[in-house]
Amino acid sequence: MDNNHVVLETKNLNVFYGNFLAIKDVNFQVFRNQITAIIGPSGCGKSTLLRSFNRMNELVPSARSEGKILFNGEDIYDPTIDPVEVRRKIGMVFQKPNPFPKSIYENIAWGLKINGFRGSKSEMDDLVEQALRGAALWDEVKDKLDQSGLSLSGGQQQRLCIARAIAIKPEVILMDEPASALDPIATLKIEDLMRELKENYTIVIVTHNMQEAARVSDYTAMMMLTGEGERSGTVIEFDRTNIIFTRPKDKRTEDYITGRFG
Amino acid sequence: MSTLTALRDVTFERNLSLRKLKGKLFEIIAFFAILLGIAMLLTLLIDVFLDGLPWISTKLITEFPSRFPDKAGLRSALQGSVWLMVLTAVMAIPIGVGAGIYLEEFAPQNRITRFIEINVANLAGVPSIIYGLLGLGLFVRQLGLGRTLIAGAMTMALLVLPIIIVTTREAIRAVPQSIRQAALALGATDWEVSRDHVLVYSAPAIMTGIILAMSRAIGETAPLITIGALTYIAFDPKGPFDIFTVLPIQIFNWVSLPNPDFHGLAAAGIIILLAVLLSMNALAIWLRNRLQIRW
Amino acid sequence: MTTTIQSLKSQNHLKRDREKKIVRALTFVFALLSVGTTAGIIYELLNETILFFREVSIIEFFTDTRWTPLFASKRFGVLPLVNGTLLVAAGAMLVAVPLGLLAAIFLSEYASERLRRILKPILEILAGIPTVVYGYFALLFITPILRDLFPETQIFNAASASIAMGFMILPLMASVSEDALSAVPRSLREAAYAMGATKFETATQVVLPAALSGVAAAFILAVSRAIGETMIVAIAAGQQPKLTLNPLQSVETMTAYIVQVSLGDTPHQSIAYKTIFAVGMLLFVMTLVMNIISYFVTKRFREKYE
Repeated sequence: MDNNHVVLETKNLNVFYGNFLAIKDVNFQVFRNQITAIIGPSGCGKSTLLRSFNRMNELVPSARSEGKILFNGEDIYDPTIDPVEVRRKIGMVFQKPNPFPKSIYENIAWGLKINGFRGSKSEMDDLVEQALRGAALWDEVKDKLDQSGLSLSGGQQQRLCIARAIAIKPEVILMDEPASALDPIATLKIEDLMRELKENYTIVIVTHNMQEAARVSDYTAMMMLTGEGERSGTVIEFDRTNIIFTRPKDKRTEDYITGRFG
Repeated sequence: MSTLTALRDVTFERNLSLRKLKGKLFEIIAFFAILLGIAMLLTLLIDVFLDGLPWISTKLITEFPSRFPDKAGLRSALQGSVWLMVLTAVMAIPIGVGAGIYLEEFAPQNRITRFIEINVANLAGVPSIIYGLLGLGLFVRQLGLGRTLIAGAMTMALLVLPIIIVTTREAIRAVPQSIRQAALALGATDWEVSRDHVLVYSAPAIMTGIILAMSRAIGETAPLITIGALTYIAFDPKGPFDIFTVLPIQIFNWVSLPNPDFHGLAAAGIIILLAVLLSMNALAIWLRNRLQIRW
Repeated sequence: MTTTIQSLKSQNHLKRDREKKIVRALTFVFALLSVGTTAGIIYELLNETILFFREVSIIEFFTDTRWTPLFASKRFGVLPLVNGTLLVAAGAMLVAVPLGLLAAIFLSEYASERLRRILKPILEILAGIPTVVYGYFALLFITPILRDLFPETQIFNAASASIAMGFMILPLMASVSEDALSAVPRSLREAAYAMGATKFETATQVVLPAALSGVAAAFILAVSRAIGETMIVAIAAGQQPKLTLNPLQSVETMTAYIVQVSLGDTPHQSIAYKTIFAVGMLLFVMTLVMNIISYFVTKRFREKYE
């Protein structure tokens, strides 16, 4: 590993749904301004792990977690920390585009407003434009900012969701299979965008598409079901992406990757 | 081998055409059950219209009740109904919508929440006249409000509260979970999610529910009789602490009189009541079709 | 990019936090108001009922066959009121159950989506008409017809109230039953069809029995509604508490009695005032028991299929 700055780090993380241990004993790190992919077969807890990073898991009433997740060295599960603050710093883009049924402008402005932006209208306009440019959407929507976010195409909607996330200047953006609901061209656009975004942000992406992981990510965490009856997911290998895809140390990683590549 | 032969020996008397005929007959009978209901509705409407139409005039709106049918009107009843609806709405809407938001968005899954939910479900099934007894004992006597508009409106607010709570919850539930997650992921508190998203997007459906609840209230008679809403009011109510009468009570009063002319007046009152209800329902349908967001 | 690392605790959003807490607390109080309403109902009813039973023995209340609290010679047997209530309710169910059930089967098993979208809202109108209108219709339209058919019919009679009430309850019976029928899994219907059953046989011998507990819940709910209905009986069924099973006679229901007393100017401390709370208590308990039964029947039915 290199000595990049560690932004996120899990320590012996276990997540339960009721009595069910969904992911167990996860230890890995996310480095600043890098794209980290989490891959693995479906149902192995990739999304659960991702949603632990911004405490979205808590919305499932039966969910609870053990261990630590450090964000810049600070435990985000510390009782004195408000999940609202965590989510302000660690943004998220979801599997299906989920713009608010408000105008394109409002979709972006809302996050700024609730997070205490008190500037003038023209400052707000600037920030909205910046966010849309940052998400490579500005040229397509600059003439119809007052139209509903739902009027855009699927790929545009997803870039709107990315613009919405970056508008509040998070440090980390979590992406849960952001391209899985999109066509190949829209997917490529999102991938290009991710490479640009990593200049300023740290990205963690869950994907079941290994070509995508190989194309965009710098680091890859391989998850598998292990333990009693193979029901709990864990990270079995974590390394630079080119190593994972060319010289994996774990036999299971190799089987999975080669199996999929045929 | 032997079982197979045995099977082959069974003769079925399938007579499919008879069975199908029975089915067709049943379908027709079932359809007629619905038609009978609709026919009854039409009969009721036509009967009321034939009885009431000759009595529809401006006097109905401008005159107070009277012993003489040709001088009698609904002036105080109409004003009472408007006052009552406004006061009821002011109390019931914020409380009902608020309780709906709490139960759907904030409430933890525990015993207290379940207890509240069972309570709301049960209250929806309590006969309206029981609310009247509650209003009589609590608002009229113990709080000393007397037989006033405010006492009537408080009673009515409690009566429609379960309806507003239930329809609010249904409306809120229709907002996709992904929208809440998107907002929470931006660092919003659950109240900000409700205030700026859930409530905004479900507002048309909530409004529809509120209108339906208010149309229930406007036709409700029994609880108001129980708290002692007077039937003979010959002045315009000036404020929440005035005594009052309402449209359905005036209708009830006229139906109860032996003189057939008053029955005509009652029918005319019913026409007005139904017209108000019809416009409220039309508004509700319009809201639902026009403003509702389709996800 | 140079990032200054800020602690998660450093952000100041006290104001947002306070707003959230206030709203949560306020809406919680609003939700609790429903518990308060139930408590208020029980408290008010119980209060006066206890005072009532200080003056009248509970045995007389439940066994005496005459109800004359407003006369000079007072008798406090509630049975005639219960009799009137049940007589009218039973008559209403005779109308609402067969029609409602047939309507439900038609809507859930036979009607096309388009037809259902037209028929259902029209039927719902029946439930939305104020009960005072049904009272008018019962007294001034149904009763004259009854008197033509059966000349011994009294001006105020149970039958006319029953018929009007039956049509008022029909949509409730139909829609709750239809929900139950629609909840029966498709696979069960397909199994019946695969054995060569016709649509009629499937609907009546497979779907209906499978939905029976849901239909039972609809029935109980409808009875509860019929028992608590007030204006129709107050207008059309009369004010004569008596023990009769003849629907053509004038009777008095529990609700109609409460209206009768409320219309007069009854002094607060009088026995008549207390009687309406005692009768109300009995009515409340009856409907409560039925609502609870229906709640649990529905719950069990749902658990079976969901």
